[in-house]
Amino acid sequence: MTDDLPLRLSQDLEEAFPDVVSAYQHAVFTVALRMSAQPEDAADISAEAFLRAYTALRGYPPQRIGQLQLRPWLLTIVLNLLRNEARAASRRPAEVGLVAVSGVDDGREGPAEHAQRHDGQARLGGLLTGLAEPQRTAVVLRHVVGLPYAELAAVMGCPEGTAKSHVTRGLHRLRSMIPEETT
Amino acid sequence: MTTVSTHDDRLAGELAGLSSPAPANFQDAVFARWVEVDGPVGALYVAFTDRGISYVCPTQWVGGEQDRFLDLYRSRFGRPLRPANRAPAGLAGALRSGKGAGLPYDLRSVGDFDRKVLAKTLEIPPGEVRPYAWIAREIGHPAAVRAAGSALGRNPVPILIPCHRVVRSDGATGNYGFGPQLKVDLLHVEEVNLEETRGLGRRGVHYVASDTTQVYCYPSCTHARRITPAHRVELANAAAASRAGYRACRHCRPG
Repeated sequence: MTDDLPLRLSQDLEEAFPDVVSAYQHAVFTVALRMSAQPEDAADISAEAFLRAYTALRGYPPQRIGQLQLRPWLLTIVLNLLRNEARAASRRPAEVGLVAVSGVDDGREGPAEHAQRHDGQARLGGLLTGLAEPQRTAVVLRHVVGLPYAELAAVMGCPEGTAKSHVTRGLHRLRSMIPEETT
Repeated sequence: MTTVSTHDDRLAGELAGLSSPAPANFQDAVFARWVEVDGPVGALYVAFTDRGISYVCPTQWVGGEQDRFLDLYRSRFGRPLRPANRAPAGLAGALRSGKGAGLPYDLRSVGDFDRKVLAKTLEIPPGEVRPYAWIAREIGHPAAVRAAGSALGRNPVPILIPCHRVVRSDGATGNYGFGPQLKVDLLHVEEVNLEETRGLGRRGVHYVASDTTQVYCYPSCTHARRITPAHRVELANAAAASRAGYRACRHCRPG
């Protein structure tokens, strides 16, 4: 479905860009939500990531666009924005600490189920923020977003084997933080 | 409820559950929308985002070519845009009345100084003009007259934020981003007494006063234009006004 997107983008950026947003907005938003110290800014940061991508694409020659791996490229952009945001926030001390992140309500479940799921998610989301880098990024990209290892390695700028070991160590650390009886 | 075999699978499953769809209105934060509407002197292309109106371009400025407008917008704002089904609420009314102050604007691309200049410009009522120096003084930077002019030249939402109502102190209409003739045409539509203001300027007259109310104004001020010829006093500057014991009009605030 998304295989021909780089080619279509290289032929007509304006025509194909909306499809790029539709195809990857959930992945980009999920990363922003799970990696940001300010999850309430996740939508703004995601939108900014797509605007950066759009501006970059306007300046790229068609051949370069045609060869882009869009998903890892977009996720790299949003991760860079998040790093800049974190750096800026560290210069503004005592604002918000680690926040337990909850999922966005999709309005398709009952209040009881929602509360239960919400609870578990908030707890796990909170634990994720306790992971050190680069394990946190590795676990989020691999298991929350569902990225294949090849793309994970591309985003993290390391060999696949290294990416895998970041994931393994991240999961191990995460498990050690979870009390025995969870949901 | 799925049954999971190992701790790893279960943890992986729970992590996958942390994935979140983007909010329903997410694309409104990425894409701007655009419409073509009737303006006071010809049609306009108007672009807007989820925050407000962000760009206005007379269609004649791009020779009526939609694609040139779209490209101008995309290069200036680095934002993709798509056609809108309808114009933003209040736009037609604001264009008809010449009162744009009530509309939401998206001025994220505009710096602090420029934003102050534009906010001040929004206060100038239709049918009146103010000098560049007035803007500079009113925003607390009386020496920044040229900077105020440059800020107006960069106004992304002309006509709605009426930078055409800011003119030179000598009564000449001055420059305009879309050419000086369009500025003159816009002021004529609003029935500004341009010729009179220019004539006064040429004779070194910058204010007019009433000898009954003892108030002095800019010549285009709605109060100045009500002064009957018998009671009308012409003044070169604020010093002459205060020597005569006149006070500045509270509506047009001439120095």
